[in-house]
Amino acid sequence: MKLLSFAFLIGVLTAASISHAADIIGTVTLTGTPPAEIPIQPLMDDPTCGPLHTETPTTHFYVVGKNGEFADVVVSLKDASGNAITGKSTGASASAVLLDQKGCLYTPQILAIQTGQKVTVRNSDPCIHNVHTTSKGGNPEHNDVQISGGPDLTYTFDKPEMFMKFQCDVHPWMFAWVSIFDSPYYAVSGADGKFVIKNVPPGSYTVVASHRKLGEQTETVQVADKDVTVNFSFSVK
Amino acid sequence: MNDAKSFSSHARALHWFAVLTAIATFLLLGAGGLVTSHEAGMSVPDWPNSYGYNMFLFPPSKWIGGIFYEHTHRLWASAVGFMTTILAVWLWAKDSRKWMKWLGTTAFLLVVAQGVLGGLRVTLKMDNLGIFHGIIAQIFFVITCAIALFTSGLWAKISLGPKINIPRPLRTLVLATTVLIFVQLILGATMRHQHAGLSINTFPSAYGKVWPDTSPEAIQRYNAERMEITNINPITAFQVVLQMVHRIAAVAILVCVVLCAVLAGRNLGAHDSLAKFAFFWLGLIVAQIVLGAATILTNKAADIATAHVLVGALSLVTGALWCIIAFGRSANVPVASRTAGETFGAFGTLAGNK
Repeated sequence: MKLLSFAFLIGVLTAASISHAADIIGTVTLTGTPPAEIPIQPLMDDPTCGPLHTETPTTHFYVVGKNGEFADVVVSLKDASGNAITGKSTGASASAVLLDQKGCLYTPQILAIQTGQKVTVRNSDPCIHNVHTTSKGGNPEHNDVQISGGPDLTYTFDKPEMFMKFQCDVHPWMFAWVSIFDSPYYAVSGADGKFVIKNVPPGSYTVVASHRKLGEQTETVQVADKDVTVNFSFSVK
Repeated sequence: MNDAKSFSSHARALHWFAVLTAIATFLLLGAGGLVTSHEAGMSVPDWPNSYGYNMFLFPPSKWIGGIFYEHTHRLWASAVGFMTTILAVWLWAKDSRKWMKWLGTTAFLLVVAQGVLGGLRVTLKMDNLGIFHGIIAQIFFVITCAIALFTSGLWAKISLGPKINIPRPLRTLVLATTVLIFVQLILGATMRHQHAGLSINTFPSAYGKVWPDTSPEAIQRYNAERMEITNINPITAFQVVLQMVHRIAAVAILVCVVLCAVLAGRNLGAHDSLAKFAFFWLGLIVAQIVLGAATILTNKAADIATAHVLVGALSLVTGALWCIIAFGRSANVPVASRTAGETFGAFGTLAGNK
């Protein structure tokens, strides 16, 4: 009976907590003209990969819309003092995230996950790839073979890290950057530059917007029971 | 007389095999350079197997992309290892000079260590091992070239021939310059194995300055501006400084080699073989500086960057062989210790027959 009461109390408190959570929403924009993306000519020169494309693919460092909407910016939360939020990961129960190798390119190139969350790496290409992770943040380095049509490879990472690199050394133009957080409070800006960090508990936070080329910008916010809007504007000369 | 002829032809065969090994090593350096230049070092994740196959049975149809560079490097390295083993055994069996036997053994041990190091770099996934792999490759190349020289009729001729006075300052300068070139090669190997591409992508200025800004803001700006195609790492201030030191060392080497050439010409006469060798060395250094600039101006094109590695290796070997030949021709070397019978064994006959 005591156990049931305790469980009920926990349930009520959790529900109350969720009901008070709010979303942090916003838009990331880029002003100025970024460097021109480079055609990936080695891909087209490759006898296996080249025929998979009708046009020469380019690098995707600055994915910018007509009105400056800036995609592929990783937005995350730190506490009010600017320290990373730790121990809040729900990665173990979260759905796996897919990282596909298609047309001898990683899709998507910018990805964010939680610690303990599965990353499924697929080879949709008619050729072999090696899946090589290179960590600067203490996560293990993997280098695994993935043949065409072979089973998906699954990885999990325990340590938070920004822009951990997945690469293929067989095709050295292939790479993806995976950011790992110890909480579910992060998002990646879409093609419209918008992002949503959902169900943020009330409190003071530092919102960090990180772009692999342009570094970080921060804003402090106070979250109560209403959605909070935070916009970021990066610039290039 | 038949014995003498037999010795002579045998010595010649050993010498040409040593030359072949040195040439194969040079080509191996090129193959290794291409692996790093194409960022393909980890494209075959296993070792000593290749994608689960016995290395020698890995089907050529699977040698695609970066695998081609890494796998052919492994195969060529195996061939050089095999040749070095034969060379070491041959020296033990047929060369009467004890130090030559040990030089052959040193080459054998180095090539084994080099193979294991290359394998561990892959299996342990340690980028830094690549630096040592690159440095030992240079040392090994010097040793194979030295063996080729020591087994040659030229060496017998030099050692038994009249001694000349090579001024100590010249010999010291050449030795010091050779050491400087070796240090420069270590810097180059360290730069290449950062896998960060060009840390400074302008030449002759460094981001428009004589000495580039290395503040965190500047480093972020450099990274933001460069649009790399291959999967290279972002650059750091350390890497920018490293390239600047490499540039300064290049100028220092050029000055030293110019001095060496001038001193050699003045002291030995322009027609002396060592003076000519010094002029050749100067030509190599000039070519190397041109290739270094071209490496930057072509955004580290793989073939140019690899040629830069190869000419660097030739520059080191040229300095080292100059020192060895100068040692052999120097009047300061006691003649008593270089009698044909004692020192050159089989090759004494070769020298005697010339």
